[in-house]
Amino acid sequence: MNKFGNFMIGLGLVVALVVTLGIWVRLPWPGVLGLAVLFALWMALTRLGRQASSVTAVGVSTLRQRLGSSSVIVIGIAGVVGVLVALLAMGEGYSETLRRTGSTDTAIVMRGASASEVMSVLERDNVVVIPQVAGIARDAQGKPIASPEIVVAANLQLKGGTEDDVGSVQLRGIGDEAWTVRPNVKVVAGRKFKPGMHELMVGQGAQREFAGLEVGRQVKLGNQLWTVVGQFASGDALDSELWADANVVADAYRRGGSRNSVTLKLADPNGFDAFKASLEADPRLKVDVDTTLDYFSKQSEGTSKMIQGIGITVGVIMAIGAIFGALNCMFAAVAARAREIATLRAIGFRGTPVVVAIMLETMLLALIGGLLGGALAWLIFNGYTASTLAAGSVGKLSFEFSVTPALLWSGLKWALAIGFIGGLFPAVRAARLPVTTALREL
Amino acid sequence: MKYLHLIWAALFRRKTRTILTLVSIIAAFLLFGMLDAVRTSFDQAGKSANGAERLQTGSKLSFIQTLPSSLELPIGKVPGVKAVAYANWFGGAYQDPHNQIFSFAVSPNYIDLFPEVEVPAAQRKAFDETRTGVLVGEDLAAKYHWKVGDKLPLQSTIFPTHDGSKNWSFDIVGILHPKDKNAGGMFKQLILLHWKYFDDSTPYNRGSVGWYVSRVSDVNQADRVAKAIDAISANSDHETRTQTEQAATANWIKQLADIGLIVSSIMGAVFFTLMLLSGNTMMMAVRERTSELAVLKTIGFSSASVLGMVLAESVLLLLIGGVIGLGIATALIPAVAAGSGLGLPPVGAGNWVLGIVLMAVIGLVVGVIPAVRAMRLNIVDALAGR
Repeated sequence: MNKFGNFMIGLGLVVALVVTLGIWVRLPWPGVLGLAVLFALWMALTRLGRQASSVTAVGVSTLRQRLGSSSVIVIGIAGVVGVLVALLAMGEGYSETLRRTGSTDTAIVMRGASASEVMSVLERDNVVVIPQVAGIARDAQGKPIASPEIVVAANLQLKGGTEDDVGSVQLRGIGDEAWTVRPNVKVVAGRKFKPGMHELMVGQGAQREFAGLEVGRQVKLGNQLWTVVGQFASGDALDSELWADANVVADAYRRGGSRNSVTLKLADPNGFDAFKASLEADPRLKVDVDTTLDYFSKQSEGTSKMIQGIGITVGVIMAIGAIFGALNCMFAAVAARAREIATLRAIGFRGTPVVVAIMLETMLLALIGGLLGGALAWLIFNGYTASTLAAGSVGKLSFEFSVTPALLWSGLKWALAIGFIGGLFPAVRAARLPVTTALREL
Repeated sequence: MKYLHLIWAALFRRKTRTILTLVSIIAAFLLFGMLDAVRTSFDQAGKSANGAERLQTGSKLSFIQTLPSSLELPIGKVPGVKAVAYANWFGGAYQDPHNQIFSFAVSPNYIDLFPEVEVPAAQRKAFDETRTGVLVGEDLAAKYHWKVGDKLPLQSTIFPTHDGSKNWSFDIVGILHPKDKNAGGMFKQLILLHWKYFDDSTPYNRGSVGWYVSRVSDVNQADRVAKAIDAISANSDHETRTQTEQAATANWIKQLADIGLIVSSIMGAVFFTLMLLSGNTMMMAVRERTSELAVLKTIGFSSASVLGMVLAESVLLLLIGGVIGLGIATALIPAVAAGSGLGLPPVGAGNWVLGIVLMAVIGLVVGVIPAVRAMRLNIVDALAGR
C-alpha cells in the first residue's frame, strides 16, 4: 500500500510539473510579476508563509558551506542559458537585420512567381509602366518615387584570405530614386558615384567582409575595374551590398534595359492594398507586389526558424543535463540537512514551509545562474558580427547578434523552470521523510 | 580488471546520485554525437575519390552569371579532360514558390560524371528517351511520396515558359540513389531535368549554361587542367573560374557559416558544465567513503591502487553515460532525419573514436582531484573521522 502511495504521489508530481511548465512557457511577464507579488504576500502575511521564510533563511545562510555543490547548479544553469540566448540571438539578429530593411510604406514589385529579387526579371516596358500606376508617392518635382534596380552577384576576395578565397557579394545597380526610397541610407565616407562611370559605393558590412573595398581603391569585378568612391551605412541588409549606377551595371552584366525589381514609396502609408489592386488591374503587367517589410520578413523566415530550432534543441538537451545536475546537488543537500529538517518538523513546522524553502533555495541559485548566463551571452555576443549567404540574396549578408531583453527574459524563464524541476523532487522527499527515521540517521 | 566488481560496487553505492549523474552525461554525449556528426559531414563534403576527379567551371563574375553553351567543345578538347557536362539552375519550387527545391537542368551525360550516384539502367534509359523526364533524389521522393511514372508539376522561380506561365510539368522517370554520402549526398535532395527541353521551353535562357562539370583522367593534373580551361575564355566577356569540386564545396560552406566555430563553442560550454557536474559527483562520492577507503588502505591496498580505483570509477562513470548517449544519438538520428526530412548526417566511426577519447579524458580530469585526495588519505585520521 505504501509503495502504491509513493508511486501515485510521484505520478501526481510529474503531472503537476508538466501542467505547470505548460503554463509557465506561455506566461507573459505581468503574469510572472503577479505570481511573485502573490507569493511575497503569502510569505509575509500568513503563518505558514512566515514559517517558510524563516526555514528559507536558514537554508540560504548555509549556502556558503556548500559552495562547491551550489556553484554546480549556478554554473550548469548559466551554461544552458548562455548557449540558448547566444543561439537565439543569432537568429534574432539575422531576422532583425532583414526585417529592418523593409518598411510598410514602401513596396517592391517583381515579376510574378519570383521567390526573390535576384530571380526576377522585369523587361524594359514593365519598368516604364510600373512608376505610372496610381498610388505612388511623388517627389518635389512631381516625379513618382520609384526606383528600378538591378541586382547581380560579384565575386570578390574575402578579407584575410588568399586570392582563391572568394566570396559572393550582392551588387545593386540603382538610380537617384534609390536614395529617396530609402532615406535611412547615409553616405558616411567619400561621395556618391557619378552616373555613367565605373564607380562603386560600398556598404559598411561589405567592407568588413571583403578585401580592397576602402574608399579610393580599385577593385576588379569580372574583367572590369571599378573605383570605390564612397561608403554608406544603413544598419540593415543593404549594408552588405555594393551600389553602382544601374546603366553601367546593366552593361557590364549584359542585361540591356531589363531590371530585377522596382522599389517604390506609397503615397499613402496604408494604401498598399489599393496600390496592389491597381497594379494587378493593369493588363500590361504580370507582376507580384509586396510591402518591403513582408518581402524581407519572408526571406528570413526559413533561416531564422532553423536557427531557432537548433537553439531550442541544444537548449533542451543541455537543460536535461542541468536539471539532473541540480537534482543531484539538492538531493545531497537535503540528505545532509535531514536531521535539521526532521528537527524542524518535530518542533511543529509543517511540510509546506520545508518544501517551499528548498524550492526557493534552488530557484534562487537558478536565478543567479540565469542572470550570469544571460549577462555572459550579452557581454560576449551582443553586437558580435557574423555573416552567411542569406536566402533570397546572392551575397554574404553580415549581421549582428542581437541579445534583446525578450531573449534574456526567456533565458531567465528557462533558468527558473530548471530550478523548479531540480528543486521539486528533493523538496518533496525532504518533507515526506519520516521524522523518526531522519532523527535517528547517522 | 580484478577490482572491477569493487569499482562497480563503489559506483552504484548511491544509486540515485549515480543515475542522475549518468543522465546528465548521456544528455551531453547525445548532443555531442549530433553536433559532431554535423561537423564531420560538413568537413567531408566534397572530399571523395570521385569528387577529386571533377572540376567545376563557372563564371568568374559570379555564380549567377551564365556562360555560353559553346564552351562545351573547347573544354572537352583540353588535354586531360575525359568528359564534360553542363547544367543550369532551374529554380524549381513545389506547390508554393517559397518551397524551393534544388533543381538543375542538365546535359544528357551529366549523371554519368557522378558514378557514385546510382540510377537503375531502365530508368536511365527512360530519362534519355523522355523529353520531359526528370530524375528525383531518393529523399525528395520519400518526402513527397513521388513514384516513377508520376506527373510532377513544378514552378520555376526564375524561368517562365514561352506563354509566360510559371508552371512546368514533368514526368518522373527515375530515382537517384547516391552511394557515397560525401560526394553524392546532395543528389538525395535534387531534381535533374533535361537542359535541352528547358532551353527550348523558356525564352529567358537562350542557350546559356550555369556551370560545366568536367572529369579529368589524372587527379594530379587537375590544377593544370583547371588553368587550361580558364585560359580558353581569358579576356573574353565570359571569363571562367575552374575549381575542384572539393575546393568549390569548401568555399560554399565557408561562406554559409563557420560551422566548426559554432559547434566547438557549444560543445565547449556543454563539456565545461559536464566536468563540473561529474566532478562534483566524484568529490561527494570520495568524501562520504573516506572511512571505507581508509579500511582498504589498512588491509593492504597501496596508495597507487586506491588512486587507480578512484580514477577508474570516474572514467567508468563517463564511459557508461557517454556510450549510452552516443548510442542514442546513433540510433535516433536516422529516425529523426527520416521523420523531419532534414538531411541530418549519421554518427560515424570517427565520431565514436573522438567521443570515447573525450569520455576517457574527461573521466581522468574530473577524477584526478578526488583520486589524489583518496591517495593521500592518512589512515589514522580518516578512521578517527577527523
